[in-house]
Amino acid sequence: MKKIILIPVIFMLSVSLVNSAEPDKTAQTGVFEARLDNGLKVLVKEDHRAPTVVAQIWYKVGSSYEFGGTTGLSHVLEHMMFKGTKKLGPGKFSNIIAENGGRENAFTGKDYTAYFQQLEKSRLPISFELEADRMRNLTLPEDEFKKEVAVVMEERRMRTEDKPRSLTYEQFNATAFISSPYRTPVIGWMNDLKNMKVADLKPWYQKWYAPNNATLVVVGDVEPAKVVELAKKYYGPLKPSDNIPELKPRKEAPQFGERRITVKVPAKLPYLIIGYKVPSLKTAKDDWEPYALEVLAGILSGGDSARLAKQLVRKQKVAASADAGYDLIARQSGLFVFDAIPAAKFSVSDVEKALYAQIESLKQTPVTEKELKRIKAQVVAGNVYEKDSIFYQAMILGQLETVGLPWSKANEYVDKIRAVTAEQVQQVAKKYFVDTYKTVAVLEPLKK
Amino acid sequence: MSLRNSVVFLFIGLLAVSCSKSDNDETVIQSSKGEGVKIQTWKSSKGAKVMFVHAPQLPMIDIRLVFNAGSARDAAQPGIARLTNNMLTKSAGQWSTDQIAERFEEVGANFSTSALRDMAIVSLRSLTDKALLDQAVNTFKVVVSKPMFKPDEVKHEKSQQLISIQNQLQSPGSIASKLFYKAIYKNHPYSQPSIGTTESVKQISIDDLKKFHRQYYVSANLTIAIVGNVTQKQAETLAEELTAGLPEGKAAAKLPAVVLPEKARTIHKDYAATQTHVLVGQPGMKRGDKDYFSLYVGNHVLGGSGFGSRIMQEIREKRGLAYSSYSYFSPMQVEGPFIMGLQTKNKSKDEALKVLNELLLKFINEGPTAEELTHSKKNITGGFPLRIDSNKDITEYLAVIGFYNLPLDYLNTFNDKVNAVTIEMIKDAFKRRIHPDKLVTVTVGGKAE
Repeated sequence: MKKIILIPVIFMLSVSLVNSAEPDKTAQTGVFEARLDNGLKVLVKEDHRAPTVVAQIWYKVGSSYEFGGTTGLSHVLEHMMFKGTKKLGPGKFSNIIAENGGRENAFTGKDYTAYFQQLEKSRLPISFELEADRMRNLTLPEDEFKKEVAVVMEERRMRTEDKPRSLTYEQFNATAFISSPYRTPVIGWMNDLKNMKVADLKPWYQKWYAPNNATLVVVGDVEPAKVVELAKKYYGPLKPSDNIPELKPRKEAPQFGERRITVKVPAKLPYLIIGYKVPSLKTAKDDWEPYALEVLAGILSGGDSARLAKQLVRKQKVAASADAGYDLIARQSGLFVFDAIPAAKFSVSDVEKALYAQIESLKQTPVTEKELKRIKAQVVAGNVYEKDSIFYQAMILGQLETVGLPWSKANEYVDKIRAVTAEQVQQVAKKYFVDTYKTVAVLEPLKK
Repeated sequence: MSLRNSVVFLFIGLLAVSCSKSDNDETVIQSSKGEGVKIQTWKSSKGAKVMFVHAPQLPMIDIRLVFNAGSARDAAQPGIARLTNNMLTKSAGQWSTDQIAERFEEVGANFSTSALRDMAIVSLRSLTDKALLDQAVNTFKVVVSKPMFKPDEVKHEKSQQLISIQNQLQSPGSIASKLFYKAIYKNHPYSQPSIGTTESVKQISIDDLKKFHRQYYVSANLTIAIVGNVTQKQAETLAEELTAGLPEGKAAAKLPAVVLPEKARTIHKDYAATQTHVLVGQPGMKRGDKDYFSLYVGNHVLGGSGFGSRIMQEIREKRGLAYSSYSYFSPMQVEGPFIMGLQTKNKSKDEALKVLNELLLKFINEGPTAEELTHSKKNITGGFPLRIDSNKDITEYLAVIGFYNLPLDYLNTFNDKVNAVTIEMIKDAFKRRIHPDKLVTVTVGGKAE
């Protein structure tokens, strides 16, 4: 069976415009970096395979910057960025890009909000002119806001309310975290959306949308020096903001024992999520630990020969699907997440036991050389495959910069993964897969 | 996610087509000449159609095998095409399922299978380093030609497919889609869900699977798309190798003609959800259809181009009724569906449906405005380079061109044909092809609160 689990982590302005980019951090080379006088960071990477270019502008703001009562603000603002500036009316931005044969979209995550255009290379100035305009000159009309927040509520119904597993994941996440801003959903709670005002958006926009809080990433058939010249021309005149707030750490409060919840909604299939608190590349004290966790995710879930597919799905046949995932690039500490759907005739608790047996074995016995070799081969190959997409290459650079890591981390990725030992994998399993830091959520289908 | 992408457009810059003999002088190679992507095509000695593009920039290769073995071939056993296709990831030749997965993954290769209504697809992406590629290809050819269909693995895969069916039953969008296909295609093979039904999947036997594989996974029923860092000569050898273990066999029979529904129908299914999923449509057009360009460009204005389209404007931008709203034609071997769709909170269902239907009627009667038509043409033709800027895209396009027997000169005239479409042509095509008195409407969702 193909993977049928889908947990949304990024919310896009609209469906289907972008090739799905699955972040899978690997090495980058040949990135040209510049900073404009107003603070805008510019990253350019040449790729001359086709006469096309992608431009992405990344803002350091997302759901993890938000506070209770106004969750979902960053994402709604992302939608409103298409609703007109002092110069251009609502929808005009998209209209101009379309007329130039471009593709565009935008997405919001926990730590970032980003906008992009893919164009034939000679049309890059159009992207810069339009993006520079809406970085500082958004009008945020009340009537447009009212319709758009209704659209976002429909988006929430479609993505979360009517999807039993997404709903379970949202509840799980809000249980695992107490004080960390990672507890709130990117799209926001429904009640916050219902009570959102356009007046909430204005200060948010003014606070975060400025050249000194943004990174421009351009990848494609371009010359870096010319791209920087072009950036100076269009983005250069923008005034920097002098009141970008210093972020409070908002670290997660300590956890003192397992947390467990049940979600009962109409559904056909039960579902299990288990998460353990882990550091990200940004928060880890020991630099090797996140890479060991990354390898661990690969050992468990990096293909059909990985342990969960092999042991739980095919050998024991206790799970219809079972996966593990870890988010290396994040501003704050996050979760190492297991999720599974029990096979027919098995219960969630059967699957849970089987998962713990896997975890226990990782703690007791070092992973094999063969498994490590497989992961390293996949990483080396992935590093080539990702160059087939200029969008994806730009995505990695933008993500790293925006969570506060240097883009050069991308260059280190393959070597860092190669350096991970079986002992290190065992060590992180022992250190982090402990009950005290665990949260479990169970979807119990309400049959109708 | 992919609804609006379903209208696949084919754009590859062919300026001329010529014939030549390759070094292997049995094989007739047709090549496209000129700028852009250069396609070469030939028949393998066992009759498979090969489509090749030399892409030397990255040390990698994509190989996509497309058999005419999608669920349109299910006949009385819905789900068998999907199950057969999925069984290709299991034990084959001398190797167990675990060994096969390891053989691909230890060389960093990506292997995947999928089965749609028309196509059964088996794909490989590998590095072109010789040792790595050899292992990947040696495994690939065995999984395609020598699946074992072991009893315990068939049993397990059936149970997995039954879970997938349950999974679709907790998705109002999937429920709506199944009802829609059933209603617009009645007794046609396209009416059946690719995944099958709980009853039908349970009844599929090992012999059924073997028979299906023997009949349809044959080289005369196969299109091979190859894109990557190999020479044309190497691609020829690869194609020979991949088909060596397959019988020549016969191409699948033509599918039966599609009959339009006799009259308009509305089907509603109650489902405990906050939104109602709405689908409206009928059988639309086939690949290579004489009205292809008129319908394609016209639909681009109606609901095929995201924010620029009328449906998105009226449903989402003006009224805030839905996050996603669209229309598309999905051209297939015979008439694939024309679908308009959206999801909206239950109490807005009637309003949204009314707007959708009015938009269609108005469009059939009046067509696009001159301004809209110009805008769409600029978007379609100006976006040309984006559609072929990765090996992944080119591989998908080659597979479609080969599988649907689109002529090689089809592409170099694509932009011209788009530009040649007039308001009158669009009005005429929509009038003849889209029938408001035969439209099927499906709604799945909850009651208005």
